[in-house]
Amino acid sequence: MKKPVILEISQTLLLARLRQSLIAAAGVTFGIAMFITLVSFMTGLNKMLDSLILNRTPHVRLYNAINPSLDQPINRVGEFDNSLNIIRSIKPFDSRVEIYNTIPILKALQSDPRVIAVGPKVAAQVFYNVGVIDLNGTVNGIDVKTEIKSFSFNDYIIRGDAADLDRVTNSIILGKGVADKMMAEIGEVIQITSAKGEQVSLKVVGIFQLGLAAVDDVQSYASLSTTQKLLGKNDSYYTDIQVKLTDISLAPSVAKEFSKIYRVDAEDVQTANAQFESGTKVRNIITYAVSITLLIVAGFGIYNILNMMIYEKMDSIAILKATGFSGSDVKRIFINLSLIIGAIGGSVGLLLGFVFTSLIDQIPFKTAALPAISTYPINYNIIFYFIGITFAMATTYIAGYFPARKASRIDPVVIIRGK
Amino acid sequence: MNSNGNVIETRNINKYFHDPVKFHVLQKVSLAITYGEFVSVTGKSGCGKSTLLYILSTMDTDYDGELLIADQSMNKLDGEGLAKIRNEKIGFVFQFHYLLPEFTVLRNVMLPGLKLKKLSEEEVEHKAMAHLKTLGIDDQAMKRANLLSGGQKQRVAIARALINDPLIIMGDEPTGNLDSKNSNIVFDIFSEIASAKKQSLLIVTHDEDFARRTDRIVVMDDGKIIS
Repeated sequence: MKKPVILEISQTLLLARLRQSLIAAAGVTFGIAMFITLVSFMTGLNKMLDSLILNRTPHVRLYNAINPSLDQPINRVGEFDNSLNIIRSIKPFDSRVEIYNTIPILKALQSDPRVIAVGPKVAAQVFYNVGVIDLNGTVNGIDVKTEIKSFSFNDYIIRGDAADLDRVTNSIILGKGVADKMMAEIGEVIQITSAKGEQVSLKVVGIFQLGLAAVDDVQSYASLSTTQKLLGKNDSYYTDIQVKLTDISLAPSVAKEFSKIYRVDAEDVQTANAQFESGTKVRNIITYAVSITLLIVAGFGIYNILNMMIYEKMDSIAILKATGFSGSDVKRIFINLSLIIGAIGGSVGLLLGFVFTSLIDQIPFKTAALPAISTYPINYNIIFYFIGITFAMATTYIAGYFPARKASRIDPVVIIRGK
Repeated sequence: MNSNGNVIETRNINKYFHDPVKFHVLQKVSLAITYGEFVSVTGKSGCGKSTLLYILSTMDTDYDGELLIADQSMNKLDGEGLAKIRNEKIGFVFQFHYLLPEFTVLRNVMLPGLKLKKLSEEEVEHKAMAHLKTLGIDDQAMKRANLLSGGQKQRVAIARALINDPLIIMGDEPTGNLDSKNSNIVFDIFSEIASAKKQSLLIVTHDEDFARRTDRIVVMDDGKIIS
């Protein structure tokens, strides 16, 4: 037994009021368990919803936007330099969606240490021919290996094999919506018409489903060369370059930098999906608000119990002070008491929270839109447990501080003489 | 132990009560107690003898005048410093025994010693047991303090007062709540302490017999020492 005398006194007082202390601890336990459950479940859902979009979204996308030129001929004529030139109804002229100098750009990007993966892409507007009807759509020519490795392409293939795009010439993977409308199965050959009017036959090697009808109803994927052929372009024709970074938070600055160096338009993932970010934020705020409310309620419980204990223990406090314990010693005794309640209640809460989340993790959650998910999503993140125990300690410290300060100010003379 | 000078000394202490009306409780009280002296303070109820004791004990700091304990002025010390003085130099015995009911008898005796940290826990425990033994209650050491009889509790309180070898032991009616047999036991313990260990004693009491047997009687009336 080598513990400080202050701690020993706290502990003895705590055990003497075991039932009350347990109730106080139960309040903290409940608060922390709910916090862990809520935050794990909510962020699990957030992550799932975000990944629906973000997995298939490059961190930075390089492309040429179709925009009217800002540099109009009149600006180059020196004599109007000091004039205000207003030109209305400017139209884009001869804009090429092709990225220039793609081969050196790809090389430079691949050697950039911030970049994990570079996926060139060719987007082609097409019509899917279904009998006499033409359905509007887009074929994305992709580098299949990079897509599978770095953009989780395989997770969204519900039938067939993505790698077949490279193995089978003139092959295509259809979006589920497109496939349903064309009643196309794997192995069948479909007809599509390119925007230039050329008709091509392609073999279906797979069907993908992202879970968003707007995508699944129009998009399909083919290899780069197939798409370039479809457009009648050579093999250095790319419309987009998709970049995946080591750190997603770098995306906005990196996008600006690439845009300047390579003189293309660059869009970062944060800008492209701003609405997802704000949804995530709101859900997080709700989670934390609910948890903090629960903990404040638990804090009031501790405050009450300590206050009561101090009234009951006036005599003991007076005698401690008379025998040489200072006001700050007495304060520490009661703050310790509160912190012990917080530590025990909090730890049990973490454990209980883990049990709850594990239970939720077992509940089946099947939806046609999300082929990769079979139970409710839970985000097991050690950070939440740190936040949880920090919350517990902070609330109990504050709840204990005020009664403890009151105890430290008790005048022993009043108590001892009052008898 | 230093036998020159006084263990405790007051110079012109004045104290007022403000509630319900302003009242001059102590008027220019000057008192000195030497090492090993056994002093009792008597007087009518309300003459200010307990008030004086609590000022001497350093617990009450609301007074004018000077208080010296072992030639060290108490006036400039803060709460922390005064607590240290109480812990190290003063032992207390009250009319109502004021033990901590959650702790065992032994632990009650040990707590001020553990706070002082001069000795290891084992040494403090050994010393506490020795004190309990001389007071004849070592068989109760492991009992919870609230299970003891009044006389036993008072003896535990005395053992606690002795644990840090204080310069002076103060008592506020320590026998006020005890029958004559227990009173005698307590008195004998006190005089033993004063003669054998040269620790001073300052006991406030109503008990004439008790007072008559001490070295010196300080009689108070109306906030003044009259003899």
